[in-house]
Amino acid sequence: MGRPLNFVLWRLLLTVPTLFAMSVLVFLIIRLVPGDPVRTMLGFRATEENVLALRTQLGLDQPLITQYLSWARGVLSGDLGTDIVTHAPLSELLGQRLPVTFQLTGLAMGLAVLVGVPLGVRAATGGRWTRRLTEGFVVFGVSVPDFWLGIMLVLLFTGTLALLPPSGFVPFAEDPLNNLRYMVMPVLTLAVAETAYILRTTRAAVSSVLERPFVTFLRAKGIAPRRIVYGHALRNAGPAIVTVIGIQVGVLLGGAIVIESLFALPGVGRLVVTGIAQRNYPVVQAGVLVIAAIFIVVSLLTDLIVGWLDPRVMDGAGGVER
Amino acid sequence: MKAPGFIIAGVVLLLVLVLVAAAAPLIAPHDPESFDVMQVMGAPSANHPFGSDVLGRDVFSRVIYGLRASLAVALASVIGSLIVAVPLGLLAGYFGGWTDGVISRSLDMILVLPAMLLAVTFIAILGPGSTVAAIAIAVIYLPILGRVMRTSALVVTRNDYIAGARARGATHLRVILGHVVPNALGPVTVQASILGAFALQLEAGLSFLGLGAQPPTPSLGGMLADGRDVLIQAPWVGIFPGLAIVLAVIAFTLLGEGLRRVLDPTGVAE
Repeated sequence: MGRPLNFVLWRLLLTVPTLFAMSVLVFLIIRLVPGDPVRTMLGFRATEENVLALRTQLGLDQPLITQYLSWARGVLSGDLGTDIVTHAPLSELLGQRLPVTFQLTGLAMGLAVLVGVPLGVRAATGGRWTRRLTEGFVVFGVSVPDFWLGIMLVLLFTGTLALLPPSGFVPFAEDPLNNLRYMVMPVLTLAVAETAYILRTTRAAVSSVLERPFVTFLRAKGIAPRRIVYGHALRNAGPAIVTVIGIQVGVLLGGAIVIESLFALPGVGRLVVTGIAQRNYPVVQAGVLVIAAIFIVVSLLTDLIVGWLDPRVMDGAGGVER
Repeated sequence: MKAPGFIIAGVVLLLVLVLVAAAAPLIAPHDPESFDVMQVMGAPSANHPFGSDVLGRDVFSRVIYGLRASLAVALASVIGSLIVAVPLGLLAGYFGGWTDGVISRSLDMILVLPAMLLAVTFIAILGPGSTVAAIAIAVIYLPILGRVMRTSALVVTRNDYIAGARARGATHLRVILGHVVPNALGPVTVQASILGAFALQLEAGLSFLGLGAQPPTPSLGGMLADGRDVLIQAPWVGIFPGLAIVLAVIAFTLLGEGLRRVLDPTGVAE
């Protein structure tokens, strides 16, 4: 029983340097701005008092280590800083923005898995035409930039069919039906490329499992082809598929930055982009920190799930029991 | 399609695009930055094959110049990344041990952020523009290219002929340049070609957000952003720059796929 526990502990331990590296990078965002970051933020018309006040507020007059420690202490206790334009606490702002990003990426990933995995299995087992059609879809999904696809969807659903609003957002709690109407195009836009990647991985993983000797044995035993594919091949392809889904969450979070801006969704990604435009560095910092933290947690969960699906992975983990 | 087919198709398409981009001033029928109030959002015609945009600028000419900017960023970022990643990966794979540990862990640091987020963070610090975008994309690709190079160098180094060369008294430098490099460059070439396709998409995404090439310089991503605002009235403003990106991405993908089948049959670049 020690092995799974060791694996989990080792993987958790590995997260510590990652989190530390990420926090240093995020911390440095303001500090690395060439010239005087405070003057850059406030613009040329700022008075000397304003500059001094903001510098003190951000703690930029302290030694770097002191700055990092007090910043990290703040972050750990939930204080992400203050928006220098609206003076609102950033933890509150992110609390409003995060659900939108979660809904967008969650729905897109859900759709991609629901479509990509079954299609990938069909592509691995189907005939010539199934292969060709899925191959075509993969090339399309991988080659078409998501935001251009989004623009084309607007052209189709808003321009030609007049079915969906081109951009905007209503919270789900306020008006579920309209919320979903606003979400259809952004989710589709993000999901197409994800579906292509998941399809490709599922196809490759399932085909390679189907070539293994144990499948020949199952066939010889007279097990129904359907059961071989879904009960055995897909089960064995699981770790590969989960790994790709985990990696793609990062791609989705990155994609959300562009797609939220395209469809005017008030998520964290759009917050970061407007933050850059306004030179509102604390906002950029908080947004990047939150997205990166989600990404790291998802990577951790992915590895744990893969270890659970394929216990052999655990052997290479800690070097404790070999 | 067989491997040579992929390579030929990719190379031909890429060559055409690069030639068009390089010869932009000769091919473009109009100045990409000159306004024409009489032609605001004009539909495609003989004079303006791709129509004209909100300011009456010729979309065809702008697509050609935009292609130039996008290809330049994509190529510069991949080549820049190769220049740093190949030596690092070689050293890590050849020497192993401590050298490998330090190089590999340092490169892993870059992977703590999703690619797009890292690019955006870079631009938040250094300010928007094509050069910063190219540097950001090059940095993002360091761990990917470095890892592929490390793996193939590691595989090659395990061969008996390397031990043989060392036994004959060849220096490390000689072994690396004479034996490891020629045998280990395949997979990284494949990966670089595939990353060219992603670099184009990343650059376009950044320009779309207004973080890449700055107006009035035409960029394919920036044109898409313009096109989005007039999508219903003048769809051609957004459709053609997008098609140009898709074509260029497909060119890199075809090339990468063909090269993979020839240079990396065992799949190190995966």
